Amino acid sequence: MSALFFLAQRATAFVLAAAVAVHLGTILYATRGGLTAAEILARTRGNFWFLAFYATFVVVVAIHAPIGLRNILREWTEWRGRSLDLALALFSILLLALGLRAVLAVYAS
Amino acid sequence: MLHVDVWRGGETGAFQTFAIARRQHQTVLDVVTEIQREHDATLSYRFACRVGMCGSCAMVVNGRPRWTCRTRVREVADGERLRLEPLRNFTVVKDLAVEMTQFFDKWSAARGYFEPGAAPEEDFAVVPPATPARQAADAGIECIGCGVCHSACDVVAWDADYLGPAALNRAWTLVNDVRDRGKAARLDAVSGSDGCQACHTHMSCTSFCPKAIAPTYSIAGLKRAVLRRALGGGQ
Repeated sequence: MSALFFLAQRATAFVLAAAVAVHLGTILYATRGGLTAAEILARTRGNFWFLAFYATFVVVVAIHAPIGLRNILREWTEWRGRSLDLALALFSILLLALGLRAVLAVYAS
Repeated sequence: MLHVDVWRGGETGAFQTFAIARRQHQTVLDVVTEIQREHDATLSYRFACRVGMCGSCAMVVNGRPRWTCRTRVREVADGERLRLEPLRNFTVVKDLAVEMTQFFDKWSAARGYFEPGAAPEEDFAVVPPATPARQAADAGIECIGCGVCHSACDVVAWDADYLGPAALNRAWTLVNDVRDRGKAARLDAVSGSDGCQACHTHMSCTSFCPKAIAPTYSIAGLKRAVLRRALGGGQ
């Protein structure tokens, strides 16, 4: 793992520690409070802070997860080299695309 | 009597059991030597100094890597049993002797050798012993390359290309050597995918080192130095 990967994974972990807590708190609030889907969407639609928070969350996950997965694959399999890096770059793009699509759907629908 | 299960063979093989007389102050190396001299002359193992200076007699004794010359039987025997295996994470040559080439190749890959620079210095370097850099180097300098830490390391077991605690510890002593002129290349060498960042900080190396060196801290130092360099902070 290069120094920049190492730094990126640690830096994103800091953000995730806070973001996951907020995310879980939001889930608990939304479900235990008895909010309906329509009531949740009414709060998220057009809400800039919702968009900013979850877009950041998705970007950070798309950086953090592939780097960690790369380390695990290197330790537990023989997979090395450009094919591994390429596969994980695609995985990162997939996380980014699916995540942002979901965030935009809840923000703009 | 002491019942000693000894690994016989190479990567594949089986344990052979020998019955050896218990003696006062007997070391594990004494036991291995007695087996070879009195019971089976074909047993292969490695030793040289017998006093903890050369680092050649390391083996796995009852599951733990150790110097056999500095390990008394009474300290490690499980009842009346001893189980002797070659060092883990090394290719077995035969019986208790392992191939050390890959281990020392990793020292080279980590640039674990002094780089004097293109031209020799004109005068002796003055290195005050109390400076933080010299103290950091002194903390890891006594390594004699026995391979115990490499055998104990889980990351080496998972990733055979990982440079390992001994090579990284050596690199760290040189990063802190003010006379060395190869620091940038060395930090590059230890920051690849198989370098210092792969360490999980399990601390097995530090736990098992017979010289009480803490390679884990050396590796942590390398991580900091590599990050500083990546962020443009020099070194």
